[in-house]
Amino acid sequence: MKTFWRKLVEKFTPGAGEKVDWEALLLEADLGLALTERLTRLLSDEGLTRKPREAEERIRQELRRILTAHTPKVANPERPEVILLVGVNGGGKTTTAAKLAFLHGKEGKRVVLAAADTFRAAAVEQLEMWARRIGSRFVAGSPGADPASVAFRAHLQAEEEKAQLLIVDTAGRLATKSNLMLEAGKIRRTLAKRDPEAPHHVWLVVDGTVGTNALSQAAEFHRAVGLSGLIVTKLDGSAKGGMIAAVQEELGIPTVFVGTGEKVEDLESFDSERYVEEFFGG
Amino acid sequence: MLELLQKKLESVFRNLRGYGKLSESNVADALREIRLALLAADVHYPVAKQLCEEIQKKALGKEALAGIRPGDQFVKIFHEELVRLIGEGERGIRPERPLRLLLCGLNGSGKTTTAAKLALWFRKQRQRVALVAGDLTRPAAREQLQRLGEQIQVPVYSWPDGTSIETVAQEGRIRGEREKMDIVIFDAAGRLDADAELLEELAGVAKLWEPGESLLVVDAATGQVAVKVAEAFAAKVPLTGLVLSRTDGDARGGAALSIQRVTGIPIKFLGVGEKPDALQVFVPERFVGRLLGMGDIVALVDRAQEEI
Ligand SMILES: Nc1nc2c(ncn2[C@@H]2O[C@H](COP(=O)(O)OP(=O)(O)OP(=O)(O)O)[C@@H](O)[C@H]2O)c(=O)[nH]1
Ligand SMILES: Nc1nc2c(ncn2[C@@H]2O[C@H](COP(=O)(O)OP(=O)(O)OP(=O)(O)O)[C@@H](O)[C@H]2O)c(=O)[nH]1
Ligand SMILES: [Mg+2]
Ligand SMILES: [Mg+2]
Repeated sequence: MKTFWRKLVEKFTPGAGEKVDWEALLLEADLGLALTERLTRLLSDEGLTRKPREAEERIRQELRRILTAHTPKVANPERPEVILLVGVNGGGKTTTAAKLAFLHGKEGKRVVLAAADTFRAAAVEQLEMWARRIGSRFVAGSPGADPASVAFRAHLQAEEEKAQLLIVDTAGRLATKSNLMLEAGKIRRTLAKRDPEAPHHVWLVVDGTVGTNALSQAAEFHRAVGLSGLIVTKLDGSAKGGMIAAVQEELGIPTVFVGTGEKVEDLESFDSERYVEEFFGG
Repeated sequence: MLELLQKKLESVFRNLRGYGKLSESNVADALREIRLALLAADVHYPVAKQLCEEIQKKALGKEALAGIRPGDQFVKIFHEELVRLIGEGERGIRPERPLRLLLCGLNGSGKTTTAAKLALWFRKQRQRVALVAGDLTRPAAREQLQRLGEQIQVPVYSWPDGTSIETVAQEGRIRGEREKMDIVIFDAAGRLDADAELLEELAGVAKLWEPGESLLVVDAATGQVAVKVAEAFAAKVPLTGLVLSRTDGDARGGAALSIQRVTGIPIKFLGVGEKPDALQVFVPERFVGRLLGMGDIVALVDRAQEEI
């Protein structure tokens, strides 16, 4: 089977095989306008536009440079480590919360899942079902309850039960809804009232099929809650998550995990080397 | 003599008025801006390129309007053309009753919410509507639909765990007929375009359900992959329309234009919020305004034209 990148190269290399339309190719890989323009300028400055092999190697190098520019913060908390998941609607927050709980549960940690989405129909039931399947503890708010108070209570319970990890799932919200963005900030501050170190991680869950809007999602959530990482979901589809590089380059937010399926085990740590390899198809 | 003078006057006048005809050089900047606007809105690259070429070809050689910069006039022409093109296709819902609808799309695109929105929309038109809980995969998917059904007072047909999807389609159909529903909406599970097995399952459902309308629900923020996704679904289900969800966000929704241009599937509805009443019928003019983000220039040209 031809890889994603090979197909693109073929598509934008006209008949005789001479000149590749790099702008088109990079845009179609969802790298976004800014990064695409920077990369095409780089290729033309270095005289590589007509040398597909070398140009590809150069892009590979550049992506690797952008993506490895971070060293993840290792938390070693005395009290429960707290992960707060935020993002726009339908990105995969709830599923990812379950996947993270499963991953850490496997390592023998005691995990509490908190359903702080008190808005969407059956959002609580969805996480509850996952918690039951995985065997994690579960805390929920009643419909319409203040999500910050659910997070607060969940932290209390996590401490009482001597849990090592608390994962807080929140409702989806679009960055244009300023009241909902404020609410997200409040959840964060409320957790910090329980433990000044918490939340240790605030991760934005972004759907891998999203295009240029990923950058705006990351920028807005970063401003409202302060992000420490990105989780890109649905990479088992045709999209290859081109915006990962743009978000890292423009906002300095590293990708920490990628989702590769609907099942609880379909979560992988982000490995930039492997990502770049897979992006280009080895 | 008089004639000559008049000619001369005319040409002076024309120079005063400005530019003569729209030419490649005097619309170049505007064209570049339009192109970038389309790409920044996630319009599929080949679609953006083709639209720019076609519409430019149509506009070149047109008389420049007095007092209006050719670039601005070109923006206006582009806007009009795009409104015409994006509005192509049958955008209404079929009138025959009973009507079975099928909603499909990627995971999390907004199908279940859209199913409830459509149900409410039809109910408000005094039609008898029911919803079929056809997602047997996602945890609490049936509860979600059930809850929404209660909110909008629309019956939800649901079968217990372990029921096959084929049974749900067949039984749902029978029950809709028995209860004399005008409209029955099937909420299918989400699936990715790369998942051949699940797409095949959807094809099977469509064969049994025989929908009069099959709508693809697509997130407004979808990137370049949109066309591929639509083609994958269209290959398995006879799609009759597109619903663009989450247009209340700041994504410009280029995915809808791309899909409509490449596959010919008309855009029928927009999702504008999470609540069941947050549904709008698609209005080409308004949508193009958002997509290009050049409404100011268009309004300016409109005003200038009126004054002449
Ligand atoms: N194929 C695939 N599907 C995924 C992945 N992650 C999540 N999903 C699916 O995407 C859909 C939405 O996931 P949720 O976890 O409910 O998303 P959410 O962000 O919690 O949604 P809201 O709470 O409504 O904002 C579900 O059908 C999930 O099964 C993934 O990595 N791959
Ligand atoms: N703001 C906004 N949110 C929407 C809109 N349409 C759907 N949503 C939200 O998007 C999320 C996913 O919607 P669902 O209807 O569950 O999506 P789905 O396609 O049925 O998801 P799966 O069944 O898991 O594939 C929910 O949080 C909805 O509230 C919309 O037009 N605007
Ligand atoms: Mg959720
Ligand atoms: Mg659904």
